[in-house]
Amino acid sequence: MFEMPKVSTSKTPYVFLALGAALFLFGSYWGLFVAPPAADMREVQRIMYVHVPTAWNWMLAVLFSFGCAVAFLFNNDSKWDARLEGGLEVGTLFAFLLCCQGAIWAKPTWGVWWDWDPRLTSTAVLLFAFLGILALRNFVEDPVKRAIWSAVATIIAAVDLPIVYMSVKWWNSLHQEQSTPQTVASPFHLPLRTNAFAVLFLMIGFIMLRSRVAAYRLRRELAAPPVRIGEEAGELV
Amino acid sequence: MLAAALRKELLLQWRSRGQMMAVFVFGAAALLLFSFAIGPNAHALRTFSAGFLWLGLLLSSTLTLAESFHAEMENRALEGLLLLPSDPRALYYAKAIANWLQLTILGCALVPVMVVLYDAGTTELLTLFAVIVLGTAGLSAPGTLYAAMTAQVKAKQTLLPLLLFPLIVPALLASVKATSLAITGDPMEQSRSWIVLLAAFDLIYWSLCGLLYGKVVEE
Amino acid sequence: MSEVSIDVEGVARRYGRRWALAGVTFHVPAATAMMVTGRNGAGKSTLFRVLATAIRPDRGSARVGGFDVVREREDVRRLTALLSHQNYLYETLTARENLQITVDHLGKGRNGIAGALEQVGLGARATDAVSTFSAGMRKRLSFARVLLQEPRVVLLDEPYGALDPPGFDLVDEVIAGLRRRGATILMATHQWERSAKLCDLALVLEEGRVAWTGPASEVLQHEVRG
Repeated sequence: MFEMPKVSTSKTPYVFLALGAALFLFGSYWGLFVAPPAADMREVQRIMYVHVPTAWNWMLAVLFSFGCAVAFLFNNDSKWDARLEGGLEVGTLFAFLLCCQGAIWAKPTWGVWWDWDPRLTSTAVLLFAFLGILALRNFVEDPVKRAIWSAVATIIAAVDLPIVYMSVKWWNSLHQEQSTPQTVASPFHLPLRTNAFAVLFLMIGFIMLRSRVAAYRLRRELAAPPVRIGEEAGELV
Repeated sequence: MLAAALRKELLLQWRSRGQMMAVFVFGAAALLLFSFAIGPNAHALRTFSAGFLWLGLLLSSTLTLAESFHAEMENRALEGLLLLPSDPRALYYAKAIANWLQLTILGCALVPVMVVLYDAGTTELLTLFAVIVLGTAGLSAPGTLYAAMTAQVKAKQTLLPLLLFPLIVPALLASVKATSLAITGDPMEQSRSWIVLLAAFDLIYWSLCGLLYGKVVEE
Repeated sequence: MSEVSIDVEGVARRYGRRWALAGVTFHVPAATAMMVTGRNGAGKSTLFRVLATAIRPDRGSARVGGFDVVREREDVRRLTALLSHQNYLYETLTARENLQITVDHLGKGRNGIAGALEQVGLGARATDAVSTFSAGMRKRLSFARVLLQEPRVVLLDEPYGALDPPGFDLVDEVIAGLRRRGATILMATHQWERSAKLCDLALVLEEGRVAWTGPASEVLQHEVRG
């Protein structure tokens, strides 16, 4: 049965957000000002201190969304739908950020805003796929149908991600060499890892809060159980 | 039951064959518009002809796919079948196969249009046919699932392309590449890998969507 | 053929913020006919759709012939046939083709179709497309569709709707025929007097709850009017 989800009021997401923000400030300061520049002396390489953590966490967000979708289809518990909504929105946001970061890196490096790098191109395709699922959620009023359909669409989109990546990689490899911000040697690992955890904590906090909002909305959309439910109204022989 | 469902689908399609004609005209018009967008540059047109063919086919497919559920939703006939009872998977595969057939016919019908407008002839007819068959299969499987979903929603015309287009990117890439190689020549025998990719995409989505269809059409 | 009873226990179903059914409990013994009445919006169609397994209940349970409507949906579907407001027909196909689709999907032979069409008075229109049919004719065709399913439980949602007086007689005949074969019948209707003569039991729904049940002969005296 699709029941009203419980909404937690714990402070945990705020703890995550605070921790994440603090780590992010620390990691970014280190990456921007303290760590030595990359071997080819280009400052724009420093974007990897944000880009790589965002990329790792984006993939986690997609995996999380896929997990919520499968969990929902198995046990019909509305809390998975609330979490899926959080995962989808945060995943969409991160995909968008990745594309922006990629463009910011590409323009000074290659002279073009977009260079069809397989990883970023796959991210862009998934960005549109998730936007489509969010649009679907917007247009379906019945909460149960909305949950089932978004779960189905999320599973289909997530399964597609590796296929899209492979096909774009082949498609691109016939034309030009790979061109991504390179991850590099050890002096750079600490700020990178710090920011990776920073973004992870921020992401967890955001997803938790967004899921709460989704759960509140579900509670508003689903009517409370009727009074006197199950009362017998007479039995026929 | 699959046979019964397939018979019904083909009967329904035969009855609405006038609409198929209209969709073909739409597809041909799209190909014409693409050539105006590029300009009278024979070399460019020939180089990109495969892309135009598949884009035209993709745009036309949204019309065909949406239409395939119109008859089911008018009087809730699909629910009527499910309550008989019918196996939702059989209903899905019958509809997906029928849509696939329709798109294959459409694709083949657009090839002469492409040949004429873009001077994009080829002797590799068998390869071309294989690509059209496999490519349209890739459109039909997820397309039928999403058409079933969006047929029940108000904003159906915008949602179907919005959901379908990002998903079928691999099928589009592979189909365009393989078609292009058939037209402009394939010295390094690359089209085989693209065809394999298409076949893998088809296998994955024909299985996955069949499994999920029941969830999408039952209340 | 076996006779099938219906058990409904606390069934509730919501649409958004509104409970269309708010806890309905009743029992229909095998091979009886029960009329279900109530105002528009009282929950009759929703109840029938739950019993036909077209929708699931949000609370409570229902069993048809001992099979649960949620967990044993396919078994319930095999036993039941629903005559719904939506006629489940394909507009571009002929009457005969629509019925052929029904029997083909059931795995039954096509020989009963001509007889069914005659029985509902559509023998002459077998090869006409449904799009040319009036509302009453579509209802008749839906009846033929129900008959071909050979159901043990028949759920008729407003069977008299859109029909002319000969159509009313046809419905009565069909119901009588089904009863002779031992089917259990549930009929949602506003035709109180006509149905009270055909049915054994009556159930009055009000705002998603059972307001009254009892023998059909007594329903006319009940205060709540549709």
